[in-house]
Amino acid sequence: MLGRIVFFLCLPSVLAAQLCKPNAAEGFKVRLSIKTALGDKAYEWNRNQRFLFQAAIAFAMSHHLDLEFNVSNILVCDETPRVSFWFVVTSPDDPSRLVGKESVELAVRASRGRINNILLLNDATLEFVGVLPTLAAPVKPATPSWLIVFGVVIGIVGAGIVFLLVSTVVQKKRKENEVAEEEDDDEEAQMKRTAGNEGIYNTSFSESDRNTQM
Amino acid sequence: MIYCITPPCLEVSVSLVLSGAFLIPYLIALVFEGLPLLYLELAIGQRLRMGSIGVWNNISPMLGGVGIASMVVSFLVSMFYNTIIAWVLWYFFNSFQNPLPWSQCPLNANQTGYSSECEKSTSVNYFWYRETLNITEDIEISGSLQWWMVICLATAWCVIYICFIKGIDSMGKAVYVTATFPYLVLTIFLIRALTLPGATDGLVYLFTPDWEILKKPQVWLDAATQIFFSLSVAFGGLIAFSSYNAERNDCERDALVVGITNSATSLYGSIPIFSILGFKARTNFNTCLEQNILTLTNHFDIAERNMTLENYDQWFDYLNVTHPGDIASLPLRVCDLQNFLDQSASGTGLAFIVFTEAVLEMPGSQVWAVLFFVMLFSLGLSSMFGNIEGVLTPLQELKLVPKWLPHEVLTAIVCLVSFLIGLIFTLGSGNYWVEVFNAYVGSVPLLIIAFCEIVGVAYIYGMKTFSEDIYFMTGRRPNIYWKACWMVISPVMLLVVFVAYVALQAGAYPTYPAWNPNYEDFPQTETKEYPKWVFGIIVALIVVPILSIPVVAIYNLIRCGIKKSSANVSGPNPYSNEAFEIETQERNKQSI
Repeated sequence: MLGRIVFFLCLPSVLAAQLCKPNAAEGFKVRLSIKTALGDKAYEWNRNQRFLFQAAIAFAMSHHLDLEFNVSNILVCDETPRVSFWFVVTSPDDPSRLVGKESVELAVRASRGRINNILLLNDATLEFVGVLPTLAAPVKPATPSWLIVFGVVIGIVGAGIVFLLVSTVVQKKRKENEVAEEEDDDEEAQMKRTAGNEGIYNTSFSESDRNTQM
Repeated sequence: MIYCITPPCLEVSVSLVLSGAFLIPYLIALVFEGLPLLYLELAIGQRLRMGSIGVWNNISPMLGGVGIASMVVSFLVSMFYNTIIAWVLWYFFNSFQNPLPWSQCPLNANQTGYSSECEKSTSVNYFWYRETLNITEDIEISGSLQWWMVICLATAWCVIYICFIKGIDSMGKAVYVTATFPYLVLTIFLIRALTLPGATDGLVYLFTPDWEILKKPQVWLDAATQIFFSLSVAFGGLIAFSSYNAERNDCERDALVVGITNSATSLYGSIPIFSILGFKARTNFNTCLEQNILTLTNHFDIAERNMTLENYDQWFDYLNVTHPGDIASLPLRVCDLQNFLDQSASGTGLAFIVFTEAVLEMPGSQVWAVLFFVMLFSLGLSSMFGNIEGVLTPLQELKLVPKWLPHEVLTAIVCLVSFLIGLIFTLGSGNYWVEVFNAYVGSVPLLIIAFCEIVGVAYIYGMKTFSEDIYFMTGRRPNIYWKACWMVISPVMLLVVFVAYVALQAGAYPTYPAWNPNYEDFPQTETKEYPKWVFGIIVALIVVPILSIPVVAIYNLIRCGIKKSSANVSGPNPYSNEAFEIETQERNKQSI
């Protein structure tokens, strides 16, 4: 009788030992890089932290498959000083049966962010070997920002060109008007002077062109 | 090096910087080729007070072609040079983002991973080759016009136009900014760079000369040809600029100051560049080691942080002894600091690949990126001033332009035409064409023009007349160093460089590095040969600028010959009093 009790008590752990082993078909290897992620605030990996990990995975499985998973359904083995280990998930209905690898992968991927946050790690420091992280698409603003800068620069340059051209044209016009006025004044002044002498000014000898053109 | 940090001349900095030994060919080229040419051009421009066409026509009608050659070379150079400025502008526009766009790889089509092209090479390479250039695999595949490049090129030409709109007045003011700003930025970079980890590695590398490099003739050729870009001689721009100087300006002092300042700036600029390259090499080396550490830690399940950068070697040796088989099977990278220091992209790659990568690692990357690209922009702009002046002044002197056309409109037309032709460089294969222009327009034609200039002034114009001119301008005659250079050393050196260049080029069929994602050794560039029609274009690029020299010489020979022969045949003519003929000729000259 005692033998049978011992046998049944040992069965789960024996079964567990058999179900969870390195390179298990339905298992995943997990690597944590706690010191890289947290530096001085790194926590010690111990039984309690492992319990938290198991709880997180149980949460992910329950959330994804809509079944009630318990912490005891998540089996962890082969821990190393690296802080890496293997884990397998047993079915809540039948502890001797493992949940398929694909389901576990999908569950983990779906709640990856949550699991990361629980353990204060990220995709790079909490590595599920074989499970690709879902990559966040780089943020793309509606107008590429370089167009905005370009718009500012070309606006300033364009305004500058227009301003300089217009000022050149205005200056030229002003000069032409001044010269024309000076010439007119000369002619008129001379005509007035000669008119005062009761004669008509004979313009044929007027020196409109001081220098003979070459 | 006023122009020497700009991308084509960045090569010089890198070569300088890859080995302090490059300093020797550079200094020799400067002393025996650069300074004499510089002084010569400044002096004749100031004395004869005309642009390059007028000056050479004045010295001898046979040399009239030299001015035209300078103009053609200036035009070709300004076209591709402004493309580089457009690239700088593009990077400048993109530096206002957080994070910088070249720091991340974009995702591939189905969002399962990063784009494969980007993963194999680096995100910086990807940004340059794919997002900036959208480069094709081959120079024959032209691709289409990249619209973002077109608007950057248009912006660059607009900025040039606004600086030239008022002619020398507006440009003179712009030069104050473009010439001083780079010094400011270089100093800021120097202070920042010297505080970066790994800067000392870079500086040590700079100051340990690698004498092997002097045995390569290509290095000497590069030094000789790059000096033209560096000092901007043989482009015709200098002659035009100095014609605006006062007649009694001391041009010897100007030449020495400009030449020596140029080289000093080269050296000064190479210190921060090299410190940053050293920093980048050190960072890459550390990353390489850390990757190895991660691989080993994961494989052997060693506790975190037991294997660090410091004790990596001991761990590695220990593991190699205990588990040699495993070590051999792991994908460990070979990390060699010297290797990383030796790496440098060539030409335009230095500014846009190496430097942008370094900037990513520096805290406050946006600020450094913006500063760096504004500095490159102002340097490039100051080079363009010389080039464009070398195109505009001869155009006016050649009287190809009707008098009623205002200066502003002429400048606009020149800018517009250059922009339209420069659209070639915005195609998918644009970068390959820039390399073609850079390698071939900037080498042989300049050598020949410089040779003709020196020989023309020293022998055809006459050393005596020239010495008298200089005495008139500066109050002292040129000393033995200048005379020796002008009469013997510089022409001989130019001839030797020319012959060596032709010999080297004729030896091997020209090839170019192509960026081909499908290449088996990607991300290394694939070396391809230029197709026959591109080779023809290369030959045309070399021949067409200098074609004008013999053509004009022969034309004038024939004309002189005809005049002489017709005068002899008619003999003394009782109806033609030559006194009046000579007078009218002189009046014609004066009225022009």
